[in-house]
Amino acid sequence: MNRYTPYERLEIIRNKNRPTISDYLPMIFENFIEMHGDRLFGDDLAILGGIATFEDMPVTIIAQVKGHNLEENKRSNFSMPHPEGYRKALRLAHQAEKFHRPVICFIDTPGAFCGIDAEKRGQGEAIARNLMEFSLLRTPVISIVLGEGGSGGALALGVCDNLAMLENALYSVISPRGCASILWKDASREKEATNIMKITAEDLLSLGVCDGIIAEPPGGAHISPQLTAENITNYIHDTLKNLHEIDIDSLLKTRYDKFRKIGEFLEPGR
Amino acid sequence: MLEDLLKAVKTRFNDEDKGNGKSKVSIPSDLLFKCPRCSSVIFMEDFENNQKICPSCGYHARISAQERLKLTIDKGSFVEMDAEMDSVNPISFPGYSEKLSSLRAQTGLRDAILTGECTIRGTRCVIGVMDSRFMMASMGSVVGEKITRAFEYATEKQLPVVMFTASGGARMQEGILSLMQMAKTSAAVARHSQAGLLYIAVMTDPTTGGVMASFASLGDVIIAEPKVLIGFAGRRVIEDTIRQRLPDDFQSAEFMLEHGFVDMIVERSRMRRTLSRILKLHQQS
Ligand SMILES: [Zn+2]
Repeated sequence: MNRYTPYERLEIIRNKNRPTISDYLPMIFENFIEMHGDRLFGDDLAILGGIATFEDMPVTIIAQVKGHNLEENKRSNFSMPHPEGYRKALRLAHQAEKFHRPVICFIDTPGAFCGIDAEKRGQGEAIARNLMEFSLLRTPVISIVLGEGGSGGALALGVCDNLAMLENALYSVISPRGCASILWKDASREKEATNIMKITAEDLLSLGVCDGIIAEPPGGAHISPQLTAENITNYIHDTLKNLHEIDIDSLLKTRYDKFRKIGEFLEPGR
Repeated sequence: MLEDLLKAVKTRFNDEDKGNGKSKVSIPSDLLFKCPRCSSVIFMEDFENNQKICPSCGYHARISAQERLKLTIDKGSFVEMDAEMDSVNPISFPGYSEKLSSLRAQTGLRDAILTGECTIRGTRCVIGVMDSRFMMASMGSVVGEKITRAFEYATEKQLPVVMFTASGGARMQEGILSLMQMAKTSAAVARHSQAGLLYIAVMTDPTTGGVMASFASLGDVIIAEPKVLIGFAGRRVIEDTIRQRLPDDFQSAEFMLEHGFVDMIVERSRMRRTLSRILKLHQQS
């Protein structure tokens, strides 16, 4: 593993050449068929969904879509989903459950979109519903943080049996800028905030949140998307193999316990 | 109107008007309540005698968890759960430990929520009450754990849950652990729900961020107090994104009712009766 400071990792994941789901998809999966819409309001291009095969096994893919340039980012709203994106994700997750396919989620978002329409259509309710429903989903779920995992908007695709992070990915409750502006009333102190927030893959592994770290080549995933894709493929292969060995009721119990035990507090006499 | 009020204050304090024209008395601000919704100003005493409701616009102001229990449950019925649980500083966040100890002293609370078992007009239930005085009732490990245990206990004992929500969101100072409490609490609600049990969420001022985006939005029945703030994103964040001022009623209880995210708006004076009726309608024979 490479030794970078948290802020150096932030710079790596902000590199405009960092591979996105669009790059990885053809390297990891075959026969991808995209599915659109939440059947309630519309389609949100910040979240990509569909079915594909992974080593000949049908899987459902749900992914947040970052772009490499302004045009792509405008199309996917800079990877900030609206409620209909989360509801599309839930619809496809239920479809996966029905057809006994595992779900593979790719997290890559600064957060859920903050806007008038998002509030009107229930951004909070959409995220909450996903948290609840994914906890009960009777099929294996793997979530992989590709770059940025921003707050509730990331967690809405993060209730899973196994959470992996790419080596330089970050996953946090608030953006470093947001943290700096609350803590020091100065958003420009982002670098300091990044370094104290404990948001790297290693931090999350030691806090019991992350289950596995997927290696990137020295310098970051953009140095060799192909190599990174191979590492992701191997991780999915191993994890699915393990998850398929568990019967579904034990899987749900283990999923519940995975989140149940997260948290630190003091309690005399316990 | 403000002029009248200032005069009244002067009379009340026997402050003699020196007759210098412009009234420039300064009133200790803790004697007055200024409504954050409609900006009208009233005596704190009158405001408190009115159950902390603004007489001009009906805004239901924040009240402490202890006050809430007193207004809601049968006297003497509250048996607190997990009263000894304390927050720690798991990611060594600067200033967090100091903040916790000063708030414990100030509020008499260990953290931002009280949970327990009680009766409401005779019906047994598990209750949780968040208290915005404690770090704006943000959810860290303690709040998440207490809510989760409350739902697990209710599931085991086949009891309904009434949760008074108020929160600025997930607690930044506990980092990713706070975010994960959203998943943990929602999963506990899911199990309670699957057991066929009733969960009533009562959204009070303010119910926002990660709490609004988890257990608060998952009630079988969702009630809101009048004029309270309910929303996912912070108002200022949205204004910065869209670069325009938002209408005053944006993210109010009434806004949420209009858009289909709460079942009803219930005034404080009718809350106990409303909860009791809903609870009784769900009692298993
Ligand atoms: Zn008012």
